Amino acid sequence: MDLGTRKILDKSFTAVGITSILLMAVALLVVIVPIFSGGIGAIFFKGTIEHRKLQYEEFGNGDREVIQRQIEESDIYRNKVFAMLGEFETELESMTPAESRKLRSSYKKARKVLSHLLGPLPGDQEPILLRYRYGTTRWEQAEEALHDLLYVTKWDYSDPTRMAKQYFVPRMEEFKGTSLAVFFPFMEENLANMMLPEQTFYWGFITERSLDAHIFGGIWAEIQGTFFLAVGAMLFAFPLGVIAAIYFTEYAKDNLFTSILRSANSTLAGVPSIVFGLFGLAFFINTVKVSESKSVLAGSLTLAIMILPTIIRASEEAILAVPKAYKEASMSLGSTKWRTIVTVILPAALPGIITGGIISLGRAAGETAPIIFTAAVSVGATIGIADVFSSPTPALSWNIYNLASEHEAANEIRHVQYGMVLALISIVLLLNLSAILLRARISKKLKG
Amino acid sequence: MLDVLNTTTVEKRNLAPRDSRKTIGTVNVPNPRMVCRNVNVYYGDKQAIRNVTIDIGCNEVLSMIGPSGCGKSTFLRCLNRMNDTIDNCRVEGDIIFEGNDIYDPSIDVVPLRAQVGMVFQKPNPFPKSIYENIAWAPKIHGIVESKSDADEIVETSLVKAGLWEEVKDRLDQPGTGLSGGQQQRLCIARAIAVSPEVILMDEPCSALDPIATAKIEDLIEELRSHYTIAIVTHSMQQAARVSQRTAFFHLGDLIEVGKTDDVFTKPLHQLTEDYITGRYG
Repeated sequence: MDLGTRKILDKSFTAVGITSILLMAVALLVVIVPIFSGGIGAIFFKGTIEHRKLQYEEFGNGDREVIQRQIEESDIYRNKVFAMLGEFETELESMTPAESRKLRSSYKKARKVLSHLLGPLPGDQEPILLRYRYGTTRWEQAEEALHDLLYVTKWDYSDPTRMAKQYFVPRMEEFKGTSLAVFFPFMEENLANMMLPEQTFYWGFITERSLDAHIFGGIWAEIQGTFFLAVGAMLFAFPLGVIAAIYFTEYAKDNLFTSILRSANSTLAGVPSIVFGLFGLAFFINTVKVSESKSVLAGSLTLAIMILPTIIRASEEAILAVPKAYKEASMSLGSTKWRTIVTVILPAALPGIITGGIISLGRAAGETAPIIFTAAVSVGATIGIADVFSSPTPALSWNIYNLASEHEAANEIRHVQYGMVLALISIVLLLNLSAILLRARISKKLKG
Repeated sequence: MLDVLNTTTVEKRNLAPRDSRKTIGTVNVPNPRMVCRNVNVYYGDKQAIRNVTIDIGCNEVLSMIGPSGCGKSTFLRCLNRMNDTIDNCRVEGDIIFEGNDIYDPSIDVVPLRAQVGMVFQKPNPFPKSIYENIAWAPKIHGIVESKSDADEIVETSLVKAGLWEEVKDRLDQPGTGLSGGQQQRLCIARAIAVSPEVILMDEPCSALDPIATAKIEDLIEELRSHYTIAIVTHSMQQAARVSQRTAFFHLGDLIEVGKTDDVFTKPLHQLTEDYITGRYG
């Protein structure tokens, strides 16, 4: 091959390499940017008076007098609305049943949307579920609810060859000629006066428990559960993994038994995580019975089994990378094998071992499948450290899945889901960052 | 040195023939520190050392020379059982130290290695501070109990190794930050710190520049008054400069051993003469 061709090949190779890295970076941005902006929206948003009321009543946050004053302020406009409703209801009474039937059903629908927007209306029963006791807590939700109130969504099925088309009809038309006609323009004009939106910094999203299955409140229970599960997994897997790595590198003879062990370890590293989840259910819960049913303990053990091969492999590599000269020097000074391992080899291998450990910790924190059957619940209270042996826990990874696929009000609480994703990504990234920093610090200390 | 080499070629003496594999010269010394009898070393099926019999005297420097692969390093490593760490290595014969065969199953290798220290080809200080490098071994052997004991041992070892003046202000700095020659002297200091009786040196200067080498050679001369030293070297000049006795190895056999002056000026074996005159290397 002549020089010109070789140069062109080299250059095209570089070009392909750079392109693929750029593609990856773009893909990462495409994923990260919406997650970041969506997640931030869970903490920074325009909150309505309903949000502040909820915060005060459920968590005791906020200044009582300010909230009281704001409630009174918004009640001025709300009372006008309620008066309009009352007037219309009297009007309904005076109509003949034939006249009022259609209006009644339309009014019922409108009233339902209004109670979603403002909270329980006068004459409603005290709702049992917390989610019906408050109106919309976020301004953009209030605006959506207003749109639902002002317009009726209809579908156009006229062309059977095409998909049905959505269109909106003003709800006002249904009430033409009645006293309720003034209600709709009034709502449109005075929504802000009724909801009093304010830029809100809701730190409690991270530090508070969730209320009524994540409709309100924060994600502290999930963050804590993730923390318990990941740390618990490390407590089991890290010592075992390092000891196994020491055995492989320093004690194991090269024979059939060790080669079987080694290939078992490699195989274990490639087993899909859902298999570990089922194994955890079958073994830790059903056979060994570490707990009655799902528990943090069972989940941690399952995660530990899952990350064990990675820790063994990383520690093994780190130990093998320690110069043989250190070991020889230690042995020649009359140190025992065990002391050589503990005081010379392990400290020198520590950066690599810790890196492997923290990356595994990140994996344990983010993995969903192993905890589905062993530890995770979609709605749960914050648990104490003493409950880990018997209680299941919510966890970020599982609840993200749950909110995305199974939650009944998934559409209304997208911000919670984004917030959870952001929290999980931040936790994993922080762990990886600390691994890098720790590694750099220890290596620097060793090299001087 | 060159004169010595030239004169040896001129003299006509009766030399042992090239194919004779029997050790000639003076194997025995009065009052030996270590006694090796019929030592054979195998790596798996391959025999690396054949029937080596030699005494190592008190307060002498014994240099071992020979072409690459002759087994001199393997033999050196037998003397403190460093070969134990190699999986398929097997040692036969007797190596007597302080009245015991060091390969006897009842012998604990830990105190043995403290008494027979070793310095390696490539300086290998631990990735710890200079202070820790030296204090570490005395601590694990329980030689030091207090901080002041440790300080004292660190200082005396470094003084003996001729490194104290250079590093006394930065004992807390990592040992790996020193220059190559300083690192090697640090390793010697580390070996001295556990008060050994014999120090084995495996080509201690092969990774060093001439000035650092000269310092180590001066150090070896000084250490001789306290310790017995066995040194493997590739440099015949070095062997001539530092040692009192020289052993010449060839393909696993100990060919000739005797006073250094005799070996270099009046070798008894044809192979020895060929080697020291540079016919092969």
